[in-house]
This record gives sequence, C-alpha cells and structure tokens, in this order.
Amino acid sequence: MKSTRRGFLAALLTAGGARTLLAQEPSGGDSLSADPLRQPWNVGIQRDTVGVLDNDPVVIAIERRLRCTCGCTLDMYTCRTTDFTCTYSPELHREVVAMIEAGKTPEEIIAFYVERDGEAVLMAPPAEGFNIAGYLVPGLVIATVGLGLGAYLSRRRDVESGSDVAAGRDAAAAEAAAPDAEAAERLRRALDEVES
Amino acid sequence: MTLLGHFALWAAFLIGVWSAGLAFFARWQDRPELSLAIRRGSYAVCAALLVASAALWKGLFSHDFNIEYVAAYTSRNLPEYYLVTAFWAGQKGSLLFWAVVLGIFGALAQALTSNRFKDLLPYVAGVTNITAAFFIAVMLFGEGANPFERLSFTPADGRGLNPQLQNPGMIAHPPTLYLGYISLAVPFAFAIAALMARRLDAGWIIAMRKWALASWIFLSIGITIGMWWAYLELGWGGVWAWDPVENASLLPWLTLTAFLHSVMIQEKRGMLKRWNMGLIIGTFLLTIFGTFITRSGVIASVHSFTQSSVGYFFLGFLLVTAILSFTLLYTRWPDLEPEAELESLASREAAFLFNNLALVGIAFSVMWGTLFPIISEAVRGTKITVGPPFFNKVNIPLGLFLLLLTGIGPLIAWRKASAANLQRQFIVPTVTGLVTTVALLLAGLRDGWALAALGISGFVVGTIGQEFWRGVRARHVMHDESIPVALVRLMGRNRRRYGGYIVHVGIVLYFVAFTGLAFRTKAEVDLVPGQSTTIASPFGWTYELTHLGISQYSALNRQVSAATLEVKRDGVRIGTIKSEKRQHVDSFGNRLFEPSTEVGLRSDLREDLYVVYGGSPDGTERSHFVLQVNPLVAWFWIGGAVLVLGGMLTMWPGGPQVKTKRRAPVQAGYEATLTGMPS
Repeated sequence: MKSTRRGFLAALLTAGGARTLLAQEPSGGDSLSADPLRQPWNVGIQRDTVGVLDNDPVVIAIERRLRCTCGCTLDMYTCRTTDFTCTYSPELHREVVAMIEAGKTPEEIIAFYVERDGEAVLMAPPAEGFNIAGYLVPGLVIATVGLGLGAYLSRRRDVESGSDVAAGRDAAAAEAAAPDAEAAERLRRALDEVES
Repeated sequence: MTLLGHFALWAAFLIGVWSAGLAFFARWQDRPELSLAIRRGSYAVCAALLVASAALWKGLFSHDFNIEYVAAYTSRNLPEYYLVTAFWAGQKGSLLFWAVVLGIFGALAQALTSNRFKDLLPYVAGVTNITAAFFIAVMLFGEGANPFERLSFTPADGRGLNPQLQNPGMIAHPPTLYLGYISLAVPFAFAIAALMARRLDAGWIIAMRKWALASWIFLSIGITIGMWWAYLELGWGGVWAWDPVENASLLPWLTLTAFLHSVMIQEKRGMLKRWNMGLIIGTFLLTIFGTFITRSGVIASVHSFTQSSVGYFFLGFLLVTAILSFTLLYTRWPDLEPEAELESLASREAAFLFNNLALVGIAFSVMWGTLFPIISEAVRGTKITVGPPFFNKVNIPLGLFLLLLTGIGPLIAWRKASAANLQRQFIVPTVTGLVTTVALLLAGLRDGWALAALGISGFVVGTIGQEFWRGVRARHVMHDESIPVALVRLMGRNRRRYGGYIVHVGIVLYFVAFTGLAFRTKAEVDLVPGQSTTIASPFGWTYELTHLGISQYSALNRQVSAATLEVKRDGVRIGTIKSEKRQHVDSFGNRLFEPSTEVGLRSDLREDLYVVYGGSPDGTERSHFVLQVNPLVAWFWIGGAVLVLGGMLTMWPGGPQVKTKRRAPVQAGYEATLTGMPS
C-alpha cells in the first residue's frame, strides 16, 4: 500500500494506526516517490540529500573548528545543522566534503580556509604569537593573585606564630588540660552551630 | 497616546535630573531638610515612567501601526500575550522597560528601607534617579531610540514579532534578566550613598543585602530561562554558546556571587570593606558594560539588538560612572580600614577569599575572551574569532577549581582551623568524592574532565550532606527533635547558611548537567514516511525513529508543517515526537520572516531525545531531520530551580520563633550537649 498523507492521518485516527503504518513498506528511498506537500514553500530551502560524510566524525571535527561565514557567529557544523535557512554553511560543507574526498588532511583543509578567509575563520585563535596572551593571561593573573594572597597569609601566620610564643605555650598548656581534643572539637562545632 | 508618552518621558527625565542634582546639592550645602523632596523625586520619576509605559502598551494593544515600534514588532494576528512581551522585544521598548523598572525599584528602595538608614536614602534617590534619567536621555536624544517615534504613514499591518521571540521562554527570560540587571542599581546606590555620607559601618550592607540577593536570584532565573530558551528555540541542542551577550549576563552574576560571599566576612569580622565596595561598584558597571555590548554591535553576537549609536551612550555612561565611583571610593579609602586581620590560611575567611579570587578570575577570563578579538585587532590589526573552544579551554579548569572551593569553604572554621578540625571535616567529603570517581571509572567513564567534574561534585555533595547531617543531629540531640522536625527548624533558624548550601546543590547539578552534554550524540538523516533510522544513547540503548509523515495546517499567525516520528527504545514503543516548521504570516497572509523550527523533545531525568525537523526540501514528505540524544539536560532546569529556591530561602524575611524542647534546665546562654565527653 502506498503511503499518503491522508492515509497516514486516517491511520492515526484508528486503533493501531501507527502499527499499520510501520507495517507498510517505506514509500521509496528517492524523493520522487514521496507525496507532494500542500505548502512546500513553508518547509525550507533546497538541500542536498544526507550522505555518509555528513555524519562523519572527521568532517564534523573540522567543521567545528571553522566559523560559518554567513555572519551567524556559529561554527560551520552547528550552523548547517541548526540554521536551515543559511545558504553559506551547506556550500562550505560541500567544500569540506570535496576536500576530504580528494584526500586532504584536516590540517590542510583548515589551512586552506585560514589562507582564504583569514584567521577569523577559526573558532578559536591558534595558540601562537600574540594569541598566546589570550590563553595565558587569565590563568597567569589568577595564579599571580592567588600566590600573592597565599604568600601574604602565610607571612602573617609566621609573624603571629613568632610573636605569640608565650600565647602558644599557654594554648598548649590549656590544650593539655583539656579533657580530650575530640571532645573539644565537638564543643567547638556545637557552639558554632548555635552561633551561626 | 504618543504625545502623553513623550510628555511623561520628558517629565521623568527632568524630575530625575532635578532630584539627583538636589541630592548632591543638599550634601554639598549640608541641607538635610531637602531630603524629603529628593526622596519624593523617586516616586515622581516612577509615576511618570509608568505613564509612559502605559502609553506604549496602549499603542501595542490598539495596533497603532503609526508608531514605528508597534509596526516593527507586532502584527494584528499576534497573540495577545506576545503584545505584552513586544514591549521589550526591541531596542526602544527595552530601554523604556529598563527605565520603568529602575523607576519602580528606586521608589521601592525609598518605601521599603528601614528608617534606620534614612540618612542614606536621599543619596540612594540621587543615584537611582540619575541612572533612570540617563536611560530616558538615551531614548530622548539617541538616534532612533524613542519608542514613541511616529511613521509618516500608517501601514495596514505590522511586521510581526520575530518567531524566535514567540516562545514562553522569551516571555520570562528578558524581564527576569533585566530585573536582575536593573535591581543591581539599588545596591550600587546604597554603596555610593554610604561613601557619600561616610557611613561606612556594616549598615549599608544590611540595608542593601536583600536587594543584592534579589538581583542575584533574578539574574539566576534569567540566565537559566535563557538557557532553556536557547535549548528549545535555537535548535542546536546546547544551552550555552559563550556568545558575547550571554557572557555579558554571566559577568555580573559572577561578581555578585563573589560579593554575596565576601560580604559575609565584612559582617562577621569587619574585613574586606574596600574590596566589597569595589566589588559592588564593579558589578553595577558590568551591567552597563553588558548593555553596551548588547546595543552597540561592537562585538558580533546572535543576541544583540540592531547595531546603533545608542551603544556609545552606554560607553560614555560606563566611563563616567566608573571614574566618579572609584574616585569617591579613593577619597573614602582611609575610612574603610578593616577591623580585623586574617589570622590563618586555614580559615573560612581565607577560603572565601580564594572563592572570590576564583569567581572574579572567571569573570575576568570571560571578559578577557569577550574583548580579546578587539584587543587582537588593535594590537595586530588582525581579526580573530574567540568561540566556545577558547572559553572551554580557559574556563573549565577555573570552573572546577571554583566547584572544589564550593566544597572546601564550608568545611573550614572561621578565624583559624586546627589540624584535627580539618582532618575531621574533610574525611567524609573526600571519601564521597573518591567513591564517586571510582564508581564512575568502574562504570566505564574514561573522560578525564568528566571524571574530575563528577568526582568534585561528589566531594561537594559530601560536604553539604555532612553539614546538614551534623546540624540536624545536633538539634536532634540537644532539643530531642525528630529528624524531619530538626531539619526544618535547622533551616528555618539558619536560613542564610542552609539556603546557601541549597544554592551549592544547584551549582553541583549545573556541573553534572554540563558534564552530561559532553556525551551527546547527534546525526543528520533524510527519511520518507515509513522509513526508520536509529541513534544510540550514551546510556547504552538505541532509539529507533520512524517517520510517520507531515501534516500541514494553519494557526493564528502561522502556517505549520509538523513532522511526526514514532519512537522505540530498544524495540519498545515509547511514543511519538513532533517537530515543526512554522511560517509566520501577517493578518493578510503575507509571509513574515524565514520559516522557523520548533524542536521535538522527549525528556526524562537521564536524557533528552531531541529532534529537529530541518525541512522537506524537494516539496515532498521526504524530510530532513537532525537527531540528538542529550544526556542529563533535565538537571539544568532542576539545578536552576534548586538554586533559586536556595536563594529565596536565604533572603526570606523574618522567621518563626522556633520553640525548642530542652532536656533539662540550663543556665542562661545556649546549651551545648557533648556526647562521649569524659565526666
């Protein structure tokens, strides 16, 4: 039985309709045998049929590193699988697939786009030259401030421990007099609990 | 109505400038009797802006297409609730929305603040009113920024609302985010007021703490709903793309989070006064920076408004506010001496300092990455793109460090922790983290970042669980309460502390959800009706999807083409999934915008099956689909809800007097029961 849209809707209304539909033969792998739509202009632009390389991890990995040139700010892969009105990303994808089929390596393909469209085509700048600053500055700033903070706190601790020797002795004596370190700790926690 | 709107804007502007000027004049001339007039200025600004807003809404609801804004963002057949949201859908309306919300918050700050702080209120009014006046000035004097601008003709219908904005998420996302942004003006105003009045004790913090918390909650809600909207509406199956506008919303959230932590040290120990002042000023400046990014077009973004000169008003305001605020802070520097010093590296204060370092460091790195294309172009003359790979590389380690601190902070005592204390406190969380990591390794997880994220999450959950358990057990022992009663009373009496822990649970859930997204699977496929395809889940099962066909029908303002697929999991039918293409039309049936996509979704706690109907390109039912299995996405929304609930608990006013049942009479003060103490 050839599947039609009307037939499909009717089948949905009947019990087990979905099962009936599933029992049908697919209405052909080629587009010509599928039913025409009433309003075809509402469902997108002309696209290529999905091929094996469209889901290829190598192709996807390359396209994720490259920016779509339509101005969307997305990478090529995300754009072509998200923005179905974009005419740039399918074309760029065709180029990538053609280069893969021609035996080019991912790095050669990336280099081709950088050469043609400039460094801005990369989703992240290469870690070389001035760009290294882009990668390192946040970490360096945080590490510097963190180390400075740690050093300052340690210095304070040293000063205090030096000047408070007597106090430390008193504390040690008090600790020795305390019934039990663990019990004292529990006391401290209980007091913290009430005070918080 | 446009005349009334214009008039109201001018009235609000003039009153705002007048009352702000009066506030500073009163300070300069020491004329406290002017306070009431200044404070009443806030109410007048608010009233005038409400009138202006009512005028714009009247135009929107009456389809007055002679108003350029109404014609640009609505159509006759737009559902009424989107006529409400059209108010903030475009640049002009959102400026008015910003101004009116600021007017309302300014008035509320005057009305709700305790009389204890009434000497601060004239300055608060001055700051909120001058900020509102700035926004009004942008509308009145900015090029093409006046929402009441009229056209030279009246179109029969409007151009309609962008389909991506016709989503429930967009009803809530912009206003909540704006509420977060705008309400930050109030804590900032209190900080400036405290500096001007030289009242630099903890009073200003008490006066503004709930405003800061409210801002944080609004920002959290806004960001989470924005992620939800992006996930459902943009069709890419992700929640965060490190877009400059997304980053702009994250920046004040990060610094405000840092402030909410560090302010506790000021309250408890009288420390970090200068830092806290700087932090709240910086946080407000970041909201203006975000507005500049969104409205100037200086950095490419999918979210930004049309590029316009309006952005440069914000740049000017940002610079002037920064210079004035930090100059004022500098002049008060000696008055902000700390009352105590840090005593130990192993203390809660030090942990909070490192927490602040991580939060502000992440904010810096996000800002750095956002601005790096401009810096690079200025230095090298070469345009570059800084996209998700850059931000992930830089921020994932920082994020994990922050998550680790989330677990460490609560374990360390105030002032100085002893070695025994540390050992005792860390053992359970460390074991929890290690057990989580080992269990995941045994389950086959080999991704290093994922293991680290989930292991640290286990550690944090161990910390929070331990804190709750110890608190509950203490109440159970001391007051002879049942465990559930002890839990409720514990949280009721220590809302800030335990609300904070609940917020931490929400953060953990976010990290878990982000980790899950790293394992998503995605495939493109073409199907004719009756044809099936499969996609594997990271959890090990396989989905089989069968294309059932396309149905086409008309709705209120759109023509819909819906693709339905039957879904089986490991051969068992679990239902159907429907994704749509929508062609929006005006009331005459003219097509508006490009066809948009509504994703199909089957969601549970483990994963989402996410289907995008890409179209039927050759005019038949042969259809193009993008299929995704996105693990753990539901935990974003659960985490967001937990985060917000925790925040609300933290700021909930008052609290019942908890009656406690004591075991035996005790002396005045508090009772502490020690178990196992040698007698």
